[in-house]
Amino acid sequence: MSSGRLLKAYTWLVIIWLSSPIAVMILFGFNDKKSKSNTSWQGFTLKWYHQLFEIDGLTSALVTSLLIAVVSTAVTVVLGTLLGLALGRHRFRGQGVTNFLVFAAISTPELVMGASLLSLFVSANLPRDALTITIAHVLFSLSFVTVTVRARVLTLDPALEEAAKDLGATPWATFRQVTLPAIMPGVAAGAMLAFALSVDDYVVTSFVNGSTMTFPLWIVASVKTGIPPQVNVMGTLIFGIGVVIAVANSIAARRRA
Amino acid sequence: MRRRLTPYLLALPSWLWLAAFLVVPLAAMASVSTQTGNVVDGFAQTFSFGNYADALGRYSTQLVRSLLYGGAATLAMLAIGYPVAYWIAFRGGSRKSMYLFLLLLPFFVSFVLRTIAWGFLLADDGILFGTLKGWGLLSPDFHVLATSFAVIAGLTYNWLPFMILPIYVGLERVDPRVIEAAYDLYATRFTVFRRVVLPLSLPGVFAGVLMTFVPAVADPINAQILGGTNNTMIGNIIQVEYLTNNNYPTASALSFTLMAVLLVGIFAYARALGTENVLEAAAR
Repeated sequence: MSSGRLLKAYTWLVIIWLSSPIAVMILFGFNDKKSKSNTSWQGFTLKWYHQLFEIDGLTSALVTSLLIAVVSTAVTVVLGTLLGLALGRHRFRGQGVTNFLVFAAISTPELVMGASLLSLFVSANLPRDALTITIAHVLFSLSFVTVTVRARVLTLDPALEEAAKDLGATPWATFRQVTLPAIMPGVAAGAMLAFALSVDDYVVTSFVNGSTMTFPLWIVASVKTGIPPQVNVMGTLIFGIGVVIAVANSIAARRRA
Repeated sequence: MRRRLTPYLLALPSWLWLAAFLVVPLAAMASVSTQTGNVVDGFAQTFSFGNYADALGRYSTQLVRSLLYGGAATLAMLAIGYPVAYWIAFRGGSRKSMYLFLLLLPFFVSFVLRTIAWGFLLADDGILFGTLKGWGLLSPDFHVLATSFAVIAGLTYNWLPFMILPIYVGLERVDPRVIEAAYDLYATRFTVFRRVVLPLSLPGVFAGVLMTFVPAVADPINAQILGGTNNTMIGNIIQVEYLTNNNYPTASALSFTLMAVLLVGIFAYARALGTENVLEAAAR
């Protein structure tokens, strides 16, 4: 076998390894388990799909996660897009410090971010709930949206905006009709990233949640008592929706190109 | 005048957010780390730096273990990931983006859920080892869960794509003409790799190490789900001290020490490479 073929087989092996837990998750959503633990295969059933929303705590944790993700994504996209425009389009005093802060927010370990936010909330005697979770999620997503938008802004031809101004467009009209559509792919990518980061987060959230339960927190809390198969089903559905959106997005991008 | 103000107005909301929820909390944590007291009577600032000595004395084992596990996982990711990145960058052809997409598939599953599913696979009576034991191919005592290997394997599994992607980006940027030139000058394949490809891919390797080592060292989930009771990492200790014991000063001192250890490394790294490069690699 040539080294190229060998490497190809190896790459596929790594891909299969990375995907195998996904297969396990999907499979055990169909497991007709009788005992408390859900680790051995006991037959096929669609029962858990029918009873998907029958665990109240789990359902409300999922709803909480989705709500927090929607709100934090909306806030992050506005903040990150503005900052991405500032960094990509303008030269200003404090740019170095701003870049440093953006970098620091990406590279601060999640654990430290969560712990420091809790230190602040404890010192300020602030109760922890969905609001503090949302604040934290905006914080850790902000840099990712900023960097994504900035990268898009840098590829933009400034002559386009100049042309709009020469044609008598107000700054706002220029932004709405020229700049925003041009950077939209970056903004959309940033929004998807922010949403995914928010729905997925466990570590930071575990520090600032108070008694509010999100989907990942609920799952970890139920590890000891045994994870109900509904969790696998929800994971499977989220996985399916995510993959469909990603594939549709890349097809749309290819059509545009 | 208005135009001059524009960048400041654009940046202002994010500045406020980053100041209020990144900078101020870190300062609050620094302050809490030298306080004394308890959660019932409240904490007071006493500049008791002994908290650090106390915390480190009690938990140095877990701190060192975290650095070792994180380091071992990072090395494993590098060894496993580099050939994959190399093959996709140079031999992926028109299917490059498909391969990258397949590598990113796990990210469509929640982090805790895929760690748990990975635990399913490694379970003593699970579909893998349970079946092998049923066939008599493994001794009934054989187990992987609750060992250091399980934790390191979990960390490796969870961050591998973050190692592969930056290396791929680095390799992708290598100009094929440079490689051709090396062959024209009678370099062997190994020499081309060692003297041309490898050096040019190092920025990607650095970015990959940065993006995997830091979260792996500070991760509490893999140790909690896969590690049993003997593989507690610093992340678990900080969580327990904060959330269960309400021992905020010790927990803050530990978090600060962890951050200092990691960030000193990061910023030394970023200085050598330039933050722009690292950020760019992170954005891809």
